[in-house]
This record gives sequence, C-alpha cells and structure tokens, in this order.
Amino acid sequence: MSKITIGVLGFQGDIEENIAAVKQAIEQSKADATVQMVKYPQDMEKIDGLVLPGGESTVQSSLAAIQQSIPALKKRISDGMPVLGTCAGMIMLSKRSFDRVVGDTGQKLIGDLDIVIERNAFGRQNDSFEADLEVSGIGKEKFRGVFIRAPAVSEAGKDVEVISRYGGKIVAVKQGNIIGTAFHPELAGDARMHKQFLKMVQDYKKSR
Amino acid sequence: MTISLVASDPEARGVKTDNLTVRGTTLLKRGFAHMQKHGVVMDVTTVEQARIAEEAGAVAVMVLDKLPYDVRKAGGVARTASIKVIEDIMDAVTIPIMAKCRIGHTDEARVLQVTGVDMIDESEVLTPADEERHIWKWDFTTPFVNGAKNLGEALRRVEEGAAMIRTKGEPGTGNVAEAVTHIRMVNNEIRRIRSHYQDNDRQELMKAAREMKVSYAIVEETARLGRLPVVNFAAGGITTPADAAFLMNLGCDGVFVGSGIFKSEDPAQRARAVVLATTFHDDAKMVRDAQKMVDERKSLLGLDTKNLELRMQERGQSA
Repeated sequence: MSKITIGVLGFQGDIEENIAAVKQAIEQSKADATVQMVKYPQDMEKIDGLVLPGGESTVQSSLAAIQQSIPALKKRISDGMPVLGTCAGMIMLSKRSFDRVVGDTGQKLIGDLDIVIERNAFGRQNDSFEADLEVSGIGKEKFRGVFIRAPAVSEAGKDVEVISRYGGKIVAVKQGNIIGTAFHPELAGDARMHKQFLKMVQDYKKSR
Repeated sequence: MTISLVASDPEARGVKTDNLTVRGTTLLKRGFAHMQKHGVVMDVTTVEQARIAEEAGAVAVMVLDKLPYDVRKAGGVARTASIKVIEDIMDAVTIPIMAKCRIGHTDEARVLQVTGVDMIDESEVLTPADEERHIWKWDFTTPFVNGAKNLGEALRRVEEGAAMIRTKGEPGTGNVAEAVTHIRMVNNEIRRIRSHYQDNDRQELMKAAREMKVSYAIVEETARLGRLPVVNFAAGGITTPADAAFLMNLGCDGVFVGSGIFKSEDPAQRARAVVLATTFHDDAKMVRDAQKMVDERKSLLGLDTKNLELRMQERGQSA
C-alpha cells in the first residue's frame, strides 16, 4: 500500500491544530501517512482523506474559493473518501443550517451529510463548555468534549448513525464515510477520534 | 494538547463549574481565539456595517462607538460602545461579537460580559481608566484580547488572563508601518529566547523573564513553541488587501481591520478583498486579484505616524 495523504482544508479556523491532531494519530497508530493543508480544487485529487476544521462556518461557506472546490470535493466524498468535520466543518458538510437567534442562514453548504444543523445551539461564547462524552466506536473511556459556540444536530436522516449525545442534543454523527462532531476533538488532547478517522482512511486506501 | 495552556490561573474565578460541565476554562477561552485564525475581524459602529462585514466574510465584528480615525479626530474621552448598539448587532449577525472596554476598567468589562459579547478587547483605542494596571482577566468567563508592542507586554497580558494578543499598530492612521515594526519586534525577541532554549541556556531565559517582568515558565514555553503561546493577530493601520497579506506573511494568525474598511469609499468591496488576501496571503496572484477589487483612490488617505499628537500604542505599555 502506498503512503496515505490526509488533507486539512486550509481556508480558515484551527487548521494547524487539526494537522497536529492528525500527526498525533499517525504517530500513535504507527501509520505510513502524512498530513498537509489543502486549499485548491486540484488538491482534492491528491488526498485519501479530508478534515474540515473548526472556525466560523459563515466565513468558510462564503469564500468563493471554497465554493470552487465543492464539486471536486463532492465527487471524492461520493467515491467513498473519508471526511471528518469538526464544529464548523460539520456545518459545512450538512445539508442545511439555521441559527438559534437569527434563523435560516442561507449558507451554501457541501450537503452530503443528511443532517440539519442548529448553529450556536448551546448559546454564545460564555456558554461554551467542556464535558465528558460517551462516543460510540472509540472505546468505553469517556471523551472530553470541547464545545465552543457549538452547533447541534436537530434532525438526522435515516442513514445517519448518532454516535454521541449531550444534554438531549445530538453532538456527533457518522454516515458511511463521513464523521461530524459538534465539539473539537482536535483540542481535547485525546487523538482517538482522529485515530478512528485515520483507520477509515487506511481501509478506504486498501479498497482502491 | 494542540494548544498551550501555560500560565493558567488554577484559582481563576471566571471558571464556572456546574454538574458535569465547566465553562470559562483557559482551553475554552484560548480555543475561541483559535477558531478565529486566518480570519479578519472588522471594526463596526452600526448594524448595517456589521451586516456588510458578515456578508464579506469577517470572522467576527468589533463594536465601537466611533472608528479609531474618528476617535482621533473627536478627541476627548473614548469609552465603550452603547449597549443598545451592541445588542442590536448581536441580534443581527451570526458571527461572534467583540467589544472594546477601557484599559483597567473592570466594570465596563463586567457590563460587556453580562451583555453576552463573545470576546472583550481591553483596548488602547479607548482612553485608559487605570494607568497602573490592566484588568485581572482570570476573573472573567468571557475571553479577552489585548494589544502589545513587544514580547514582554504580550506575555504580561497573557499572565493576566488574555486569551489572545494583537500586536499594536497605530490605530486610525491608515498606515501599516507601526504594526509591521511591532510584529517584527515580537518575532525577533522570540527568536532570541528560542536560541537560548535550543542551547539549553536556562540562565539567559531567566534573565529574559526578569527583564520582561514575567514568569520563567511562560518564557520557557514561548521559547519552546517558537511563537506566542496564544493566538496573535495584527492590528492598526491595515488599509489594503496587500497590507493584510504582508502581516499574515510576517507570521500573524489573522488581522483586525479598523478604520481601513469603513473609512474607505468602497467598504463592501474592500472588506471582501481583505478577506481574500488574508486567506491566500501566500499566493501573490490571489493577493493581486484581491488588490484589483479595490481602488487606491478610495483608500483612507492616512496620517503620518511620526507627527501624531496622540500615540495610542503607548497607552498601558509600562503596566
């Protein structure tokens, strides 16, 4: 098997932190893989898996450059390339989002993840919180959820597996090759989510 | 950890624990700043400007009563913005809202915290309320950003609880020179302590800590990281897309744009152009495209920073 390349979408947000988390996962899994920032449509062809980082989804979705990359990205996702979206990244992957206060945001999203997002579902920055979560698929030990002006999933389609809930809200989902989290696993100091993602990328690479 | 938690106050009163959740931790406050990275924070004074900024791709808006250029022109005492304006903007846009309070003015900051702004800027653009000390920011659940001209000032602010730093320029002048000077200053000082760290010269690191009036721990962490332990944006005088790209390429994590956008004659177009240049700062063709979107004849004319009556950057630097 040739070397795996994981991309981190490099427009806005905690790009370097996700690169560091992927690196940590690679080291711990002793995988033959590298990670790099990707920004251009042609980059989408060179990677075996993609992380969409946290940040401000309004900004990420409004950038014309990202819109130009969406067709290439959608094609890769439908071919089975694994993607992990954290916070704003999950919003980008969803089919629709609305804001708790402002209402429908009219954002242009990638739309492959069959969920509806409630943005800022837990409130503003003062309501940002840390809490221990149960996340299925990564082992029994709890995962530290870091929620920063976090969204939640208000509706999930029939093919969507709910992998974590908190306070009655859906906070992590998996739909085939797509994982979305409302929290920031890249800030948790625990690489298990990124390791699970890396495993999906390895399986995908093997199958090709 | 992928972000540094150095200098956290274990008894920070801004940390709120209830049942199984905790709010106001260093991780959440610095983490918020990390989400702003590679973005542009724009100064706004009205709901209409906030909407233009959001539409253009601002990562957050900073609410002020007057833009720095107008603060400079008006003279007198500059204070925090009207709460009504802040609340109206909070209801109008989905991106984070920041607001400025005066240096040392703990109660302006408390008012902003209960109003619910996402970040407080303890800012030299407003008239300082305490010449001796800054706000003790560990008492707050809301994260703070502070200005700094050099490494010592930046690290002192982080030890007081700042979750983010902006290297100071000279606000309201349209001249990027001062911002460039200060980011270079910070970079050079970090390079110096990093070389001591690589040589394992603890005595020189201790000497640097004493000179900067900060703890040894934060100097060592900064030297190990080779950068500030918190997110660092550039601010002051950014007017054109190329200005933003320049500061990004000098190692800033993002930019604040004050008067440069809404004191120009093409604010909506310019706002989009500055965002584009910030995102693609390392791609000269994209920066050229961004630069094409603005007309230099419509830029804020700007001021000579050498002959100013009021040098905002010097406020609060000795504390």
